[in-house]
Amino acid sequence: MTATVGREAQAAARANDVWKVYGSGEAQVMALRGVSAEFERGRFTAIMGPSGSGKSTLMHCLAGLDAVTRGTVMIGDTTVTGLGDAGLTRLRRDKVGFIFQQFNLLPTLTAQENILLPMSIAGRKPDPAWYDTVIDTVGLRDRLGHRPAQLSGGQQQRVACARALVARPEVIFADEPTGNLDSRSGAEVLNFLRDSVREHGQTIVMVTHDPTAAAYADRVVFLADGQIVSELIEPTADTVLDTMKKLDTPAEVAR
Amino acid sequence: MFRATWKSLLARKVRLILSGLAVVLGVMFVSGAFVLTDTLGRSFDQVFADAYEGVDVNVSAKPKVALGEMEGEPVSAPVPAATLERVRAVGGVAEATGVVAADGARLIGGNGKVVTSFGPPQLGENWVGESDLVTLREGREPRADDEIVVNAALAQAAGVKVGDRVGVLTREPKKEFTLVGIFGYSGGRDSIGGANEVAFTTPVAQRLMLGEPDVFTNISVKAADGVGDERLRDDIAAALGDGYEVKTGQQMSADAAAGLKEGLSFFNKVLLGFAAVALLVGTFLILNTFSIIVAQRTRELALMRAIGASGRQIIGSVVLEAVAVGLIASVLGLAAGIGVGALLAYLFGKLAGGLSLAGLGVPAAAVIGAFGVGLVITVIAALLPALRASRIPPIAAMQDVATPDRPLTKVTVGGTIVTAIGAGLLFLGLSGNADDNTLSTILGGVLFAFIGVALLTPLISRPVVSLLGAVFAWSVPGKLGRLNSGRNPRRTAITAAALMVGIALVTGVTVILDSAKGSISALAEDRIKAELVISGAQSGPRPPSFDPAVLEKAAAIPGVQLVDGEYGDMAEVNGQRTWVAVSSNVAALERIFSAKATAGDISRLGPDQMLFSSDAAKSRDVSVGSRVTVQLSRGEARTYTVSGIYESSELTNPVVLPPQAARDFAIPQPIQGFLQLAPGANVDDVRPQVETLLADSPEVSVADRAAFIKQQTSQLDGLLQMIQILLALAIVIAVLGIINTLALSVLERTRELGLLRAIGLRRAQTMRMITVEAVVISVFGALLGVAVGTGLGAAVVEALKDEGITDLVLPWGQMGLFLGLAAIIGVVAAVLPAIRAARINVLGAIAHD
Repeated sequence: MTATVGREAQAAARANDVWKVYGSGEAQVMALRGVSAEFERGRFTAIMGPSGSGKSTLMHCLAGLDAVTRGTVMIGDTTVTGLGDAGLTRLRRDKVGFIFQQFNLLPTLTAQENILLPMSIAGRKPDPAWYDTVIDTVGLRDRLGHRPAQLSGGQQQRVACARALVARPEVIFADEPTGNLDSRSGAEVLNFLRDSVREHGQTIVMVTHDPTAAAYADRVVFLADGQIVSELIEPTADTVLDTMKKLDTPAEVAR
Repeated sequence: MFRATWKSLLARKVRLILSGLAVVLGVMFVSGAFVLTDTLGRSFDQVFADAYEGVDVNVSAKPKVALGEMEGEPVSAPVPAATLERVRAVGGVAEATGVVAADGARLIGGNGKVVTSFGPPQLGENWVGESDLVTLREGREPRADDEIVVNAALAQAAGVKVGDRVGVLTREPKKEFTLVGIFGYSGGRDSIGGANEVAFTTPVAQRLMLGEPDVFTNISVKAADGVGDERLRDDIAAALGDGYEVKTGQQMSADAAAGLKEGLSFFNKVLLGFAAVALLVGTFLILNTFSIIVAQRTRELALMRAIGASGRQIIGSVVLEAVAVGLIASVLGLAAGIGVGALLAYLFGKLAGGLSLAGLGVPAAAVIGAFGVGLVITVIAALLPALRASRIPPIAAMQDVATPDRPLTKVTVGGTIVTAIGAGLLFLGLSGNADDNTLSTILGGVLFAFIGVALLTPLISRPVVSLLGAVFAWSVPGKLGRLNSGRNPRRTAITAAALMVGIALVTGVTVILDSAKGSISALAEDRIKAELVISGAQSGPRPPSFDPAVLEKAAAIPGVQLVDGEYGDMAEVNGQRTWVAVSSNVAALERIFSAKATAGDISRLGPDQMLFSSDAAKSRDVSVGSRVTVQLSRGEARTYTVSGIYESSELTNPVVLPPQAARDFAIPQPIQGFLQLAPGANVDDVRPQVETLLADSPEVSVADRAAFIKQQTSQLDGLLQMIQILLALAIVIAVLGIINTLALSVLERTRELGLLRAIGLRRAQTMRMITVEAVVISVFGALLGVAVGTGLGAAVVEALKDEGITDLVLPWGQMGLFLGLAAIIGVVAAVLPAIRAARINVLGAIAHD
């Protein structure tokens, strides 16, 4: 069954009947089975699902980190499917931002250098006003000269958010951004992500398994067994938890 | 535990291949040296066994001056013809033949040049007929005074055939002969051990090779049937009495081979010295590899500790891994060494004019050396990382530990102490206070200095690497590469230190040799007041010489003011072996060589007078008026009175004898000639006339002073090149080290590289980043090497000030070349790791644990 969600024409990222198969023969694993989804511009979307549901795979495929077996993926008006390494690199550099669960920063660079790294790689200069806004929003102005080892986990993750935001990408993909943080630091980061969507129109797609984190999103898409099974608009932690509980029982078959 | 070690070894086999390769190369050098010298040694055994095959007992007179193997061919005293009759009269002698065979018969080839042998003697002999060993292949034996036969190898090298008129240089100037025959040896060989042989009729051989009639070099005796060689030897010795050396053929071949083997063992030691350098560099490389592997396995090792492995077991596991690597590398190194040894022996055989090689053998020393060195080095290098591994706390398994930067205090203190010990040893050795152990003290000092500097390198590396990297900081990949190279100072330091050793040694040797060259050139230009010099390039044990008549004729050329011919020989002066010289014109000492008298008169020399240099006079405790006994290569000992002493310099000989003495030199011809022109005379007018005079002395040529100085110092260039080639191996190993460190760093930073690629770093930029890191490390190593090498070289030059190396010449060009080379080395070393980094799968890298 294919549930098509997201009706708005202005999609920042789009998956069209995406299949992802790992291995072959006996060892074949179907990670995604015909997923179609649109992620609207200026919205904060969470992708949820139990372990092995394919949520990380979907995000990797959307971001051009992994190739799809069938179907197409688009970021803005760029078709990701079929791009070579140079094209994918350019896409990641210019249109996509990343926030990972851990190991997000280069240990040799200061916070400021880390934030500006994607722009210096691309040979671009940041818009100074926007840069100031980002720095102030993440609240790291007094930490800019520090190296990652001198920052707390929450601060490091905020630096990573700032790095993703400062280039104003089409879409930011966040992979369990709060997975390694305590609840307070996690809340800080999530608040900050939500604000950047509300106030600055940034598009964010976040993979998480934490209902509390998902509740910060405008919309939650649920995956199970490689397929989109449900969706919530304006979720709360409780509604997310309820939906998850319903999914849990059949999800056992997936693996 | 064993199983875990083995599995982890297999899992990381690629990482260990490079460090294993370093051991392989070092072991290859060691075992190759042993195989080469062993094969050559046995080949020479065979050569001499063949040469003395038909000789049961040999009789010769004791040499007047006994020489060591490296001092040239000893000249045995002549055996009078009467002795031959006495030998024939001894019971049990079936046949006794008087033999003339002396070094110094130089055939002029078809191209007008003297045929050289590059080592083996050029024998001038009397033809004693065919035998089991010698057969005429073409033509007939020499019958007339102007007929000769030569061995096949010489005929081929000279490009002459039967019936040709050929010129031969002997004790006497060039003489023309008709080649009437060509001979070879049993087994189809063209020469015995590459020796060139010219056989004359007996009287001619006696006159040309020995300088007097009715004498022989030795008597070759065949025993009658049923008479034992030893008994016959003793009988002949008893009949002849003192003054003769009577030996069996077997003894002769053993003695001759032993002499050569002395030289070979010296050669072996030199090769082993270079092997030691290569292994020292290899040690750095292995140490680094194991350190990095231990750092990367921190979590794995901590897990082992957490589930109950003891610290001792951890050490055991790392050491076991080292033993496995060492064993495999030793086996491969030994195999490679046998191959290299065989190849070099083959090349040597070719070069030495067709030395027929004995079968390839692997001496026990090669096997023991290979395994000893390979295993011991690997295990020692792995010991430190093993200790570190055993100190990993079990809790590290639970934590996400990036290898923390440990403080460098201990290393720095240790490095300072070791460097100080090295400097102390060097000072002791170079100041000449270490008595008999000078060489080992100096070598120990160099070794300690290297290790000390290597220990200090982490401290230096931060500022220097950051400074070097600043060159590349204009681009993002360059900046990242620079930061990466400064990231782990220990790792960068050891990698750079490995390169330092090779470059320091090359730089040091270059500084010393360039200083020597510079000093000699400066001294020669300053002191030698001759516009033209007659000399030739030496290509064998015998220096080139020329017809003494040239000297007189040259003096008659208009515009020539003063001519001096220099003769030289090893002699016994008051029983001590000393190099003695004859100047055909004693006045040249002051007027050409700018010598100054410190006592007596050095401007003239009577037939019973001699001169000493101030150093030689001091060490032999002689003064003007002393009576000194001199035994030359030929003739009887003679007593001279010291009539003058001159100030020692690099240009003067220790002892000068009157011209008459040159007759009894091993080479009774001048080796060099110096021509001083009258003021206003034109060099270009005189030179062609001298060239005409030298037409019959093709071994030498005439050159102006600058060309002569260049020719003299060019021998040092050859030496330098050889040392550079041998040290290149150490540099190759260091390059492997850079590749290895980078490859391991790339593996270690997989996630980081994935992150960089994820946020948009292009493949080319990734490669550039790795390349910058490699170039920074290698240029840092080269800088260190040049600095340390210059220091060592300057220290040696300072110590040799009294020996005449007065000018410190720093080879700036060479140093720049080394730095440039290091940059290229860095780029080359980065190729594979960079490709690997660029190919990293972004998704896999991010998910990488």
